Amino acid sequence: MNPKIHFLQGNEACVEAALYAGVQFYAGYPITPSTEIAEHMAYRLPQKGGKFIQMEDEIASICAIIGASLTGHKVMTATSGPGFSLMQEGLGYAIMAEIPCVIVNVQRGGPSTGLPTGPSQGDIYQARWGTHGDHAIIALTASNHQDIFEITVQAFNMAETYRTPVILLFDEVIGHMRERLIMPEEGEIPVVDRLRTSVKAGVDYHPYLPREDGRLPMSDFGGEHRYNVTGLFHDMWGFPSDNPAVVHGLLRHLVDKIRNNVQAITRYKEYHLEDAQTILISYGCSARSALHVVQNRRARGERLGLLELQSLWPFPYSLVEEKCAEARHIVVVEMNMGQVVRAVKRAVYNPERVVLANRIDGSFITPTDIKNILRLIQGKGV
Amino acid sequence: MAKLKLKAHHIDRDWCKGCGICVRFCPKHVLQLDDREKAYAAHPEKCIGCRLCEMRCPDLSITVETEEEGEKS
Amino acid sequence: MASVKEYIRERFFPHIWCPGCGHGTVLKSLITAVDQLGLSKNDIVMVSGIGCSSRIAGYVDFHTLHTLHGRALAFATGVKLSKPQLRVMVPMGDGDALAIGGNHFIHAARRNIAMTAIVMNNRIYGMTGGQFSPLSGYGKAATTAPYGNIDHDFDVVQLAKAAGASFVARTTTYHAPQMVEILKQAFTHKGFAVVEILTQCPTYFGRKNKMGEAPDMLEWFKENTTPIGSQAKQKNPSLIERGVFVAEEKAEYCTEYEKVVERAMKGRE
Ligand SMILES: Cc1ncc(C[n+]2csc(CCOP(=O)(O)OP(=O)(O)O)c2C)c(N)n1
Ligand code: SF4
Ligand code: SF4
Ligand code: SF4
Ligand SMILES: [Mg+2]
Repeated sequence: MNPKIHFLQGNEACVEAALYAGVQFYAGYPITPSTEIAEHMAYRLPQKGGKFIQMEDEIASICAIIGASLTGHKVMTATSGPGFSLMQEGLGYAIMAEIPCVIVNVQRGGPSTGLPTGPSQGDIYQARWGTHGDHAIIALTASNHQDIFEITVQAFNMAETYRTPVILLFDEVIGHMRERLIMPEEGEIPVVDRLRTSVKAGVDYHPYLPREDGRLPMSDFGGEHRYNVTGLFHDMWGFPSDNPAVVHGLLRHLVDKIRNNVQAITRYKEYHLEDAQTILISYGCSARSALHVVQNRRARGERLGLLELQSLWPFPYSLVEEKCAEARHIVVVEMNMGQVVRAVKRAVYNPERVVLANRIDGSFITPTDIKNILRLIQGKGV
Repeated sequence: MAKLKLKAHHIDRDWCKGCGICVRFCPKHVLQLDDREKAYAAHPEKCIGCRLCEMRCPDLSITVETEEEGEKS
Repeated sequence: MASVKEYIRERFFPHIWCPGCGHGTVLKSLITAVDQLGLSKNDIVMVSGIGCSSRIAGYVDFHTLHTLHGRALAFATGVKLSKPQLRVMVPMGDGDALAIGGNHFIHAARRNIAMTAIVMNNRIYGMTGGQFSPLSGYGKAATTAPYGNIDHDFDVVQLAKAAGASFVARTTTYHAPQMVEILKQAFTHKGFAVVEILTQCPTYFGRKNKMGEAPDMLEWFKENTTPIGSQAKQKNPSLIERGVFVAEEKAEYCTEYEKVVERAMKGRE
């Protein structure tokens, strides 16, 4: 067998990708359906000289990775619903203190303990607004193992580029499913390294003063530059400040560094959109069923297309608007009571063209579920 | 070991908040608060250079400078 | 010996703590200990949480990480494990360390990860204005116990010992010279070190409980504490013992993890 071809779980693919991207530190707490990420990390990281630690809870896990990021390491944690809720305060800290880190949420049914082994895509808005206060966030997703690999590497790259936490929103279906992964060669996917300051010892270093290109070079804890890191609003040295100009400037910077780069951050795939009269918009596991429907119908000559979103936040409003401009019907396929569909309605002209094809009973949304909605749209009845 | 004796008390008046800790616990009653509630050495001649005032001052306002007194005792 | 000013961020002084607040004495003893040990500032990371006590991190010229209420030890664990050559100091308030952060406290102790946890115990929530803490004690007054506190406190030393800390000590701000000696031992200890420092909050705990001014509160520390195993303790069991309770060698987490890496790498070949 080709050594590059692996047959594994989505959760394992995510771990292999993180290693490819250079992850050196992982802290986590077990929770279904993300646990295999912790297990595989515990096994794989020390083989590469990295560190794995099982913390006492998810709060501690996100805090520990932030600490490890500051010493100059690429870091990651993974969890699911209840654990992701616990991480929200730490997530806000990472946003405020501009700490590169990757947080995986393998979604399960909620609220609360919900459906530990049932798939769901109910945490889209939690990823966006789970932590308090105004902020921006990057959240990515994928629908198959090859894409999980690619998008996980991108998550690390974006975390470094924008000095920010990046959320990977996977789900129970792709996390647990086994399928083929062709392991990319070294160098095949570009890897962004930590940008470190070139300011010499003894020269005033500003950890929170963006360069002209907006990036903020870092200095590892333990290095020559001693500075402060805080979750309070802070000046360019990292010291607490409630000066209105400082507060305003920092908040704008935190939001703008992501908002102004929507295009660079946006990731998507498209199938048969050129002449599509009906466009399915989907992501994660739901996009698998959506793609199945599109391919099936295309074979029969129906003008159906799929826009698969791989970046959910910042939401690619212009992309969706542009791709859907000519479509008669837009069907958002997702496993929740309508989350991404809200953003899609905001994005397009004539939002009344947009309908939802969903499933919220803890079962995987099937092509039949989608076809039923298509029949309704086409006035055929179910 | 040579005995230490006081060379100088440095009390940073900007930092001192007049809590009175140094005054209360100086074994030789060297220190007092002035009318603006700042510590000062009222009886420097009695100081034995023990540095307890410096160690306990919560505002890091006291530095006791000592020198060795004569020969070994 | 270097001046204390070499270890502080002088531009932020005078500091924000109230007149007579014991947190300042802890700061002074801490930098004295660092100076006497001759530690390099670049090797030290101070990780603090949220509270009056946690503001200490802003004042020292080390690498400083001012985190979330209760979570300092969790952040510190990431710092230490990812770069074990760093010396990690974690000053915390009593509420910070033992209410909201109690779980992190016992698990950091259990792991015996090398760092110094300093509990600045003023028996009150200072920063939020005088609510009772898990260490206030039964019958004490606090803004959230207007009819008297019915919450029992616990003994930090016993808790740390039971949780597995390999160095456990207690002192007070009155006993500043002892504090320096204990901190020096703690900073050089190869394992999880807990130092409980009884410190005064004259503004809230002192005022609410009619304990007088800061010097009176120090007087209380003097009168109500005694060296470990002293005769005075036998005569008066209510005295609080001071000194080093535990100082033992025990497998340290980062050192153990290095062995894990070795085993994992061997398995690869
Ligand atoms: C999650 C969270 N809950 C509550 C607070 C509010 N808060 C800030 S400091 C503090 C208690 C401080 O008491 P302590 O830890 O004993 O420190 P001290 O101020 O007494 O030094 C509280 C409750 C917070 N910042 N974060
Ligand atoms: S202890 Fe310090 S702050 Fe208090 S009165 Fe004396 S010098 Fe001033
Ligand atoms: S050094 Fe000792 S004797 Fe001298 S003023 Fe300070 S406390 Fe008093
Ligand atoms: S409120 Fe209490 S703990 Fe806070 S600075 Fe004032 S005296 Fe210190
Ligand atoms: Mg307190």
